[in-house]
Amino acid sequence: MRENPDAEHTEDFKRMTWKRFRRHKLAVAGLLLLIVLYLIAALAPYIATHDFAAVDPANRFQPPSGEHFFGTDRLGRDVFTRVVWGARISLSVGFVAAAVAVTLGTIIGAVSGYFGGTVDHVLQRLTELVMSFPTMFLLLTIIAVMDRSIFNIMLVVGVTSWPGLARLVRSEVLALKEQDFIEAARAAGATDVRILARHILPNIMAPVIVNVTLRIAAAILAESSLSFLGIGIQEPFPSWGSILNAGRNHLRNAPWITMFPGLCIFVTVLAFNYIGDGLRDALDPKLKT
Amino acid sequence: MSAFILRRLVHMIPLLVGITLVSFLIMQIAPGDPVDLLTERNATAEERARVRTLYGLDRPLYVQYWIWLTNMLQGDFGHSYVRGRPVLEMIAERLPNTVYLNLVVSVLIYSVAIPIGVASALRQYSTFDHTVTGTAFLGQALPNFWFGLLLIYGIALRTEAIPVGGIATYGVTLAEHGVWPVLVDRIRHLLLPVIVMGFSAMAGVTRYMRSGMLEVIRKDYVRTARAKGLNERIVIYKHAMRNALLPIVTIVGFQLPVLFSGSVIIENIFSWPGLGTLSVDAVFMRDYMVVMAFNVIGATLVILGNFIADILYVVVDPRISYE
Repeated sequence: MRENPDAEHTEDFKRMTWKRFRRHKLAVAGLLLLIVLYLIAALAPYIATHDFAAVDPANRFQPPSGEHFFGTDRLGRDVFTRVVWGARISLSVGFVAAAVAVTLGTIIGAVSGYFGGTVDHVLQRLTELVMSFPTMFLLLTIIAVMDRSIFNIMLVVGVTSWPGLARLVRSEVLALKEQDFIEAARAAGATDVRILARHILPNIMAPVIVNVTLRIAAAILAESSLSFLGIGIQEPFPSWGSILNAGRNHLRNAPWITMFPGLCIFVTVLAFNYIGDGLRDALDPKLKT
Repeated sequence: MSAFILRRLVHMIPLLVGITLVSFLIMQIAPGDPVDLLTERNATAEERARVRTLYGLDRPLYVQYWIWLTNMLQGDFGHSYVRGRPVLEMIAERLPNTVYLNLVVSVLIYSVAIPIGVASALRQYSTFDHTVTGTAFLGQALPNFWFGLLLIYGIALRTEAIPVGGIATYGVTLAEHGVWPVLVDRIRHLLLPVIVMGFSAMAGVTRYMRSGMLEVIRKDYVRTARAKGLNERIVIYKHAMRNALLPIVTIVGFQLPVLFSGSVIIENIFSWPGLGTLSVDAVFMRDYMVVMAFNVIGATLVILGNFIADILYVVVDPRISYE
């Protein structure tokens, strides 16, 4: 009996949010585009027309054609195939890195804000410390000392990008924890973990969700930047950034290597940003500018 | 105010210690042995041992850290293991090029983006406003490395007038060619990197300025100014804009670290002989001392910048007080 009105309320909230989100045309377009991109990433082996690592010296630098939709690169590899597989790698790196950042940021921010005192003090100094390093230097340094496996790239991008979210969550928690319903939960004997998980986190989800979409976009850009510099995803594995890196010295004779993966990064980041914008309007109409 | 400054300065000390510790420790996790960088490949075990002792690499970690830290406090950042030169000398040599690029970009961003942001806010929801916010949105998503390559492909490769990279043409000097050709040559080299960096950064400042202005323009004191019959120009420029500019002024503080570390990727694309290129090279070669120095200096500038921003907040806005 207690659960029912709750569930109904949640249903209603979801419907209202979706209704408001739908009004943001560009956000809906972004969402559709991402669904297509994730499908391509998931079905990469079926969509790709060639082997992404197959070298074909006789067919180097072929312009786009019916056989090679996006042409071929310096080693005669099919660029279309590499962009399709690159979608899988770039999108998963972005997703996992953002998941790492959001998990760390939410836990650190929530614990810091909720418990206060020494815990807060220590965690805040830690957050400040990570924020002090220029992001690009920090990324470069950590990657320089690690194996450049896909897993490590995900981890490093995630571990360097949680502080912003931690601060956001902390300030939300600080505002919430003094409210009556938290006091009531505590009076009813709820443990700290239960209060945090059941009463506080659900109430700060709106700004966190918006931040997640922007985090994914930022993580995809970070991975692309590293791969573009040649220290991200390593050959023969393709990410959009590493295809760009392979094409940058052949702009004059094979511009197609550079055009398609760059366009993919641009469009993906744009889609995530639009979705973030639409979600913010939908979840928190007060914030609308 | 001085109590606040003192408190902030004291607060910075543990953070600075943390920065040096992190910078030092990251490099210790690195696989491989710095002695490999310092010796020939076929060096004998004795030679390796001798070099290890010479560089103090056989000492316990905390001793190595302490020596590095105290030397740094005296302005000695050590020698590059790869080049054998003092790290500070290598940085000092590249610093002007990076500051020069970022300074030009910053001046351009603020002189263009602020008026656009204000104009956009004053005509909210007009075609102009929609164009500005739409373009700014695109600018924030456009990866600057790709944009840079597009400009090289679309412009630099098609015209002799715009070079694909570098900071100046070798041999074009003030002594030999005079002021004008040198200036033109410098500008030709600046053009593409400045467009790429300016476009994405401008997007952020424009949006920021626009929303700041929109917020101020709805304030009571703006309505009061209008109600008492002030000229609209005075209302906008004196009452609204000056208040909307307050948060922007503090950006001077946040801009400080950018002058040092703001152009890693752009320098890489346009072969700009600055700190960004140096840092990427150092990372590729695992040049420990150089990488550590970059992190320490970069992070210290961030902290100093935040400190300056905090002070500026109080200076420019008497409503804010930290007492």
